[in-house]
Amino acid sequence: MARPAASPVRVPVLGVSHRHDPALWWTLGGLALMLAGVLLGLLVGTTDWATSWQWLCQPGDPQAQLVLWEIRLPRTLGAWCTGALLALAGTIAQGLFRNPLADPYLLGSASGAAFGVAVVLVGAETSIAALAWSGRIGLTGAAFAGACGAIALTLVLARGALQTSTLLLSGVVVAFVLSALTSLLLLVSADAWRTMQAFLLGNTGLLGWPTTGLLALVLGGCLLPALWLARGLDALTLGEDTARSLGLSLNGMRLVFLGLLSLATGAAVAQVGVVGFVGLAAPHLVRQTAAMDHRRLMWCATLCGGALLQVADLLSRWLVRPAELPVGVLTACLGGSYLLVLMWRRREVG
Amino acid sequence: MSLMHAITTPAGAALLRLALGVLLACSLGVAVAAPYSVRDDLRREVRFDAPPRRIVSLLPSMTEAVCALQACDRLVGTDRYSNWPAQVASLPKTGGLDDAHIEMIAGLQPDLVLLARSARVQDRLHQLGIRTFAVETNTYAGIAPSIQRLAEVLGVPEQAAALNQRLQDEVDAIAREAATRRGGRPAPMVYFEVDPGGVAAGEESFIGEMLSRLGTRNIAPAGLGPFPRLNPEFVVQHNPDVIFASPQQAPLLARRPGWDRVRAVREQRVCSFEPSVRDTIVRPGPRVAEGMRALAGCLDKVAP
Repeated sequence: MARPAASPVRVPVLGVSHRHDPALWWTLGGLALMLAGVLLGLLVGTTDWATSWQWLCQPGDPQAQLVLWEIRLPRTLGAWCTGALLALAGTIAQGLFRNPLADPYLLGSASGAAFGVAVVLVGAETSIAALAWSGRIGLTGAAFAGACGAIALTLVLARGALQTSTLLLSGVVVAFVLSALTSLLLLVSADAWRTMQAFLLGNTGLLGWPTTGLLALVLGGCLLPALWLARGLDALTLGEDTARSLGLSLNGMRLVFLGLLSLATGAAVAQVGVVGFVGLAAPHLVRQTAAMDHRRLMWCATLCGGALLQVADLLSRWLVRPAELPVGVLTACLGGSYLLVLMWRRREVG
Repeated sequence: MSLMHAITTPAGAALLRLALGVLLACSLGVAVAAPYSVRDDLRREVRFDAPPRRIVSLLPSMTEAVCALQACDRLVGTDRYSNWPAQVASLPKTGGLDDAHIEMIAGLQPDLVLLARSARVQDRLHQLGIRTFAVETNTYAGIAPSIQRLAEVLGVPEQAAALNQRLQDEVDAIAREAATRRGGRPAPMVYFEVDPGGVAAGEESFIGEMLSRLGTRNIAPAGLGPFPRLNPEFVVQHNPDVIFASPQQAPLLARRPGWDRVRAVREQRVCSFEPSVRDTIVRPGPRVAEGMRALAGCLDKVAP
């Protein structure tokens, strides 16, 4: 992916210097990491290194063809896209709510996705008609509809996107109510509960070419308009009144960003499940290295998030080879320990 | 049409392959099986050109059924829960139904993967061109048809009839014996706890059906669904004569508020089974009679 035209705009308050643009280093590092990740992704799996390497060097073996190009490659790239989507959504959420603790699931999208999945699972169990119907939509479609529906519901309950605090509060309410309804549905069926747990843990193991292609499309479709509009988030850091006085249509901008947020989160959650911490940690990690405007932050965080989930996916296949760990467990451990370190360091600084 | 031309057209080539195949099969003395298809529980007609030889089972009950149909040697991998018969323990474990390890399954090069209806992994395996067959057995009545269909898939339909007949006879015999032994005593009320959160095996469930056949009355009636989550108060009110609980929970039942007054707890009429026996009770597969015998044995000992 080519680096989008770098904006010549400097935001003086954030003190971004042009000569040693950290975004450039992030771009180079991120792309290098991605390439390394793809190569490792082709090598790490149920076979040992030697076999994987031999497969890589001698294409043509049908089994190698299947495992390397139909399973490992789409999975690695899909994990990257998912991480990138979550990080982009996280950056948008943190900028929009001017809160560094905001994460992509803030407006109820994860609970919405879980609710969608639960409805389909329980529905499929109760009647054959519902089974045929759910087969057409699939768990993925249901999760996507649920995630976007939950954010829409949050918006409706908050009566638009005018007030940040109202929006946050109604997001919390929607998340709680939908989680409760999900639990209620799952009480009916022990089997659905099991599938549900697996979904909530997150799993990159089911990513194939069609899903990875879809994720890449959504990533492109979200990243470009987000980068285009990123200056609005910069203005927002100065306060809502100032932003308004600069002539920004706050409501319109918020709605577009919320749309992008729900699309990115919905797509990621639908394909991979509820993967935690990437959306929260990636923008933090980038901000930790340098202060930058939102356009650069978005771009760097997207690359960083992709790399994070790619690494987590690699670890998930490697740690307990030839079995696998759910990737969500790893991101929770990695992201959680990173945030703890951050917290301790801050306390030491005082 | 010249012979060469016939071979180079796709239809001609297919015909030739078929002819060669038939010739080869006949010369080896193998019966030539015509392609067949079997309808699975996702209502798909799954097509087979020949009986599958490399099978991965993601369902413990189906692993057991494959082996009960004398086809254990065709299994090349199972899910992590399959543990019977002993010989499947050494097979590669490909995760669970909901977190199946795709690459490992593909690496085993199976020509069939047995899974449940709700498994998400089915779509992915389909994309990779791996044939799947979905089986969902939730009732006692569903066991025989599931085994029958599996036997058709395996190309040994005649085995299923014998196996199902044997299971039916055994289950009937156990039910008859239980009825004789109970004589005229009233049917005991039972509560079967599936998990300590209060999930019960209701009358509609597969376990509930076996309990009914053993002449008991379930405190969770059919209307509540197969596995209802009961309020602990509900259990106290219905005062079951016998409780089935896990070995961990059994000694703790009396500590639950008000449960010390429940007859089963007061008179220590509690059944709990070790994991290997429990497997035979909760899996709707070919060991159904064994599971039912375990239930009957404990009822015999503790029921009033």
